[in-house]
Amino acid sequence: MQASLSSRPNIACRSQFAAGAAATSKRSRCSSVVVAGLATEKDNPFAEELKANAKHISRRGRGILASDESNATTGKRLETIGVDNTEDNRRDWRQLLYTAPDLGNYISGAIMFEETLYQKSREGVQFVDLLKEQGILPGIKVDTGLQVLPGTDGETTTQGLDNLGARCEAYYKQGARFAKWRAVLKISEGEGPSSQAILENAHGLARYAQIAQQNGLVPIVEPEVTLGPGAYSIEETAYWSERVYSHVMRLLNEYDVLLEGILLKPNMCLPGLDAPSASPAEVAKYTVRTMMRTIPPSVPGIHFLSGGMSEEESTLNLQALQDACPNSPWSLTFSYGRALQSATLKTWQGKEENWGKAQAILTALAKANSEAQLGQYKGPHPAPGGGRILQALRFGGAGK
Amino acid sequence: MSLELIETAKYLSAPGKGLLASDESTGTIGKRLEKAGFENTEEARRSYRELFYTAPIGEAGISGAILFKETLGQQAADGTLFVECLQRQGVLAGIKVDEGLVPLDGCPGETSTRGLATLEAACRGYVAQGAKFAKWRAALKVGGGCPTEQCIETNAQQLAEYAAVCQACGLVPIVEPELLIDGNHDQAAFADASTRVITRCIAHLQRKGVVLEATLIKPQMIIPGADYTGPKADPSEVAQHTLAVMRQCVPAAIPGIMFLSGGQTEEEATINLNRINQEAQQSGGCPWSLSFSFGRSLQASVLKLWSEDQGEASKARCREMAAALAHANSRAVLGKFEGLHPSITSQQGSLRETFRGWRTDV
Repeated sequence: MQASLSSRPNIACRSQFAAGAAATSKRSRCSSVVVAGLATEKDNPFAEELKANAKHISRRGRGILASDESNATTGKRLETIGVDNTEDNRRDWRQLLYTAPDLGNYISGAIMFEETLYQKSREGVQFVDLLKEQGILPGIKVDTGLQVLPGTDGETTTQGLDNLGARCEAYYKQGARFAKWRAVLKISEGEGPSSQAILENAHGLARYAQIAQQNGLVPIVEPEVTLGPGAYSIEETAYWSERVYSHVMRLLNEYDVLLEGILLKPNMCLPGLDAPSASPAEVAKYTVRTMMRTIPPSVPGIHFLSGGMSEEESTLNLQALQDACPNSPWSLTFSYGRALQSATLKTWQGKEENWGKAQAILTALAKANSEAQLGQYKGPHPAPGGGRILQALRFGGAGK
Repeated sequence: MSLELIETAKYLSAPGKGLLASDESTGTIGKRLEKAGFENTEEARRSYRELFYTAPIGEAGISGAILFKETLGQQAADGTLFVECLQRQGVLAGIKVDEGLVPLDGCPGETSTRGLATLEAACRGYVAQGAKFAKWRAALKVGGGCPTEQCIETNAQQLAEYAAVCQACGLVPIVEPELLIDGNHDQAAFADASTRVITRCIAHLQRKGVVLEATLIKPQMIIPGADYTGPKADPSEVAQHTLAVMRQCVPAAIPGIMFLSGGQTEEEATINLNRINQEAQQSGGCPWSLSFSFGRSLQASVLKLWSEDQGEASKARCREMAAALAHANSRAVLGKFEGLHPSITSQQGSLRETFRGWRTDV
């Protein structure tokens, strides 16, 4: 199915004029788009800070810990180890993560859910302060979840634009310095995402990115082309990923988003769930090609998500990316959730006596991926032999 | 075929290499020759171009020369085809395939470019004559409400269509969205317009499935308008603004950004290109070559010498000048241009012309 992306009529058309340019006396039907894009950098007082933070998060040997599961999702995880979904338990779990010794050597940013951003440790220390002590920048998930697009085959849009500016401002005050918004595009057997889904999700991402930057938060732009059922090839994933990312990048530019102040969180290119899995070299080849074709060099960091890969694959594939792109213009690194948390959670089992061991596993996993980012990972993997990490799409807004 | 095209694109944009744009249409080159005191005859055009193609421009750093279709079939005085003269010194032959500018309906002063209807047949013919790459020029005005949305969209679509057809026929497309130097806009306004135009062009290339690894782009450096009344932009400012825009818009897969000289003097063009590359190196490098596809900036001094004397000794001097100009810009691509510029026309100021691009002699 060919997605024909006829452009939306003038969504980006604003009739503002650059200072000094003569205004046309007759308004023609070809409206002009003469807003100074690079003037945004001069207009935004956060511009230098955004650039510095984005660079800092994406620096070599570092990646992001994605720990922003909603309360409902966190509950499901805690359930697997027999722990009740209470605020205290959620707090304990995140405290375990954020106080893991030496985590800051490998992790440059941690994405949080709103509840967590405002939580304190058992000892009464703000989580944002604990993270800062580790040299880890606090981030915040700002989308409010997926909604099904009517008339599509289960495709989704992401919600959360309403009141986003005010929320970002408050999060910044609390100590957050970057944000995250996850858009999901589906591929399944023989079909890519519809043009409606691509347009809708790209627009949401670009608007979110604009608003986040206006309020001092580096936006992680996450257009996830999610792994789906079917035996479709890795080339197909690459093809659809290219379509999606190129449209996202186009809108980011049209909406005057400062690319040096964003981070990208894409999927690696993988074949369909029912196709034989690809080697790290193959994954790297198609992933790198897709990034080269769609992402301009001013984006400082590309932080891949781990969905669809096992913990070990997440590390091996990350390393293969470095081999496949030795002089990459952007950092090729990670923003991993379950690839860092799964084994940690299993080790903890909710028991006090396992706290230290669980933290050690987390740090070991972070270290392995940090080494992979540097192309220096040697193994053995701290969590070998795991199955693919898959996530069913949840609709209906973020759980409270 | 795709792999061959990718190799060609890489060859054209190899380190220290750039392009000679000598594809002026009969009308345009005619006006230039007439200004220099010549009659616009086929022989005048042929003998002028011969100076370049028989000069040692290959070893001076030229990897490709863009020709006009008349020139593609012409020969040197000794009967050697120009394409052959070029090939012998490792210079690939390129061909201008657009058929000139036409006014754009509903957008006064703005243009689109002709040539899509006959493009495929034309390309196959050019390939048979030895062409390896092609060029299509869109021209966009800046200022006074321009470029309009329709202008950007139409030209970007045409460029993408052209690029796709070229690749299907075995030619590497050079995509040229020229934002004109005409106007009194400042550098920031030019940067904004360039960002919008280049972003749109890239988006359409991607939608058309054009192989970016086998595509070159030919934009203008980010400079203020020719009639801007403020202070002139120094090379450092040109470099910073140009790099910022390119880094914001151009995906890493494109192997070369071949800047046009569009009205800058020979010396300005070289110095700006040099500074762009120096600043690029000093700020972490760039994934594409930052190179040149210069017309007037590689030719003006040659034409001056030629207009003064068409004897044998002068021919030799003209060839030397052609090679010297090429060499200066080749050094600039490496960020290593220094010393005296060979130009003898830079004192005369801008090489801006107002008659470029409008073809009535198709």
